[in-house]
Amino acid sequence: MPDATGLELIAQRVRTSVGDEAVTGTIFQRGQATLEVAPQAVHDVLAYLKQGDEEPWTALMSLHGCDYLPDEPRLAVHYQLLSMERTDRLNVRTRMGIGEAHVPTVIDLFPTANYHEREVFDMFGVVFDGHPDMRRILMPEDYEGYPQRRDFPMGGEPVLYTFNEGKYPRWYD
Amino acid sequence: MTEQFDPLEVPYRERERSVTMERMGEQPVSGTEALVEGDRHDELFTINIGPHHPATHGVLRLLTTLEGEVVRDVKPIIGYVHTGIEKSCEDQQYWKAITFVERMDYLAYYFNAMAYCMAVETLLDEDVPPRAQYLRVAHMEINRIASHLFALATGALDIGAVTMLWWGCRERDLALDLFEMSSGQRIHTRYFQVGGVIEDIPPGWEKKVREFTKVMPKRLDQYLDLLDRNEIWLRRLKGTGVISQERALELGITGPLLRATGHPWDLRKAMPYSSYEHFEFDVPIGVHGDNYDRFKVRIEEMRESCRIIDQALDGLPEGPWITSNRKVALPPRHELATSMEALIHHFKLVTEGFRVPPGEAYAAIESPRGELGCFVVADGSAKPARVHMRDPSFVNLQSLPEMAKDSLIADFIACVAMLDPILGGIDR
Repeated sequence: MPDATGLELIAQRVRTSVGDEAVTGTIFQRGQATLEVAPQAVHDVLAYLKQGDEEPWTALMSLHGCDYLPDEPRLAVHYQLLSMERTDRLNVRTRMGIGEAHVPTVIDLFPTANYHEREVFDMFGVVFDGHPDMRRILMPEDYEGYPQRRDFPMGGEPVLYTFNEGKYPRWYD
Repeated sequence: MTEQFDPLEVPYRERERSVTMERMGEQPVSGTEALVEGDRHDELFTINIGPHHPATHGVLRLLTTLEGEVVRDVKPIIGYVHTGIEKSCEDQQYWKAITFVERMDYLAYYFNAMAYCMAVETLLDEDVPPRAQYLRVAHMEINRIASHLFALATGALDIGAVTMLWWGCRERDLALDLFEMSSGQRIHTRYFQVGGVIEDIPPGWEKKVREFTKVMPKRLDQYLDLLDRNEIWLRRLKGTGVISQERALELGITGPLLRATGHPWDLRKAMPYSSYEHFEFDVPIGVHGDNYDRFKVRIEEMRESCRIIDQALDGLPEGPWITSNRKVALPPRHELATSMEALIHHFKLVTEGFRVPPGEAYAAIESPRGELGCFVVADGSAKPARVHMRDPSFVNLQSLPEMAKDSLIADFIACVAMLDPILGGIDR
């Protein structure tokens, strides 16, 4: 992990190269560094961190969503970057409200993001603009709602057996 | 596909018809020119392999477009065993969620528990005693052998080597016996706790493990005698399912699949956790990145695991096996009869669980299939606000269409077998 100073240096370099409004903050806690960026700048920041920076972050290991319900803005997308050369990790986080849940896709930079972004769309309803195949991946295509949001109730989903199939006619479409 | 295609508009049962494929490429696969020439099919044929098919290693549906016997396109469709484990974890106390995360990748349960416990320990800033770290390493490496054995056994079954299934399951049973001895359960042991392991190893366990690590390399040689000189096995695996190192890195592939392409990336070496830096072991790599290299890398990894287990037992430190922080770990049973504080701690831990200060942490370990990352968000209560597993199978599955494209359907089955996807981990 870059230390707190290293994180500030990265943030400063991103601000200079991508724009002042791209970085909205830095968090360093428990030895893990998080760079917080504006949703619309995600693609530019990750492109800079992958190709332009003097310490490049060449691999995206994980991309996941999160819902910080009482806090605003609620939704977040985390990009877990890895540098195999320096054996170092950097977390890039972007936060957005429920209403404006749009993030540019990073598939062109990291092809591995394909399934991850579909999963975040599936679970949180964050739309990745420019994704070639933006549809649900784990839940059925016709599912309504975004189950990993914290205001989505647990349970209440009918479990289908032969005996109660008739109660839910044409459940499959 | 000319007009805008919106899959969300297509009803569930009509999905098969919704996927249309135009004819792709005219280049026959090298080595199959005669086959393609002699039996030229002008139409593409789309079939479902799975969800209920033994060669898919679970409930994986592969929408496969064939031209004759040649695979032209594969679309993996997943989600059939999505059980919402991540969502369920949000309603469990931290120490109860261990039971849930173990059920994700059901062949590598120790690793799931380890990734989750590591993330929670990072959030708590809790140190794990050395003995617990060594015991964790020993159990994880036994689990790695068991997982690779099962992958090899079922993979060989897909290709037709039925003997390997029995032999692999026979040795896997030895590993499960060891788990049963140390924790009482054969699978989903829940042996790892936040802050350490739940119990010290029983008397005689070490001797049993040494017997296991002594017999295992010989058995690996037997497997190689059985498979590595078998013409059918070699022809099925050599040169099939090739994926280049650059492409593997782009796709985020980790684990034996990446190492088979020649990239020596192993988190145990690169970013050691749980005292892995104390052990001497090699990272086996392949050359071509084909199915055969994946098979060999797994075999050699099992040998290295045996070495690590032996070293862990040789250097097993004395001392506590779980943290002495009573706010996190249960007090020993005998203290409950005499100590008021122990009783209070016990009561609070069992009823309410421990609280974790707000924050978020990502912990990554090297599971048998690659980087297994666990992301935990704490909001200050006794239940996690978010648990996410970066499962290696989920990411590795993205490479299947590229591996299998323009290969024979029999090689495609070998690709799935050597990819070793675990659907419980993919769908979570």
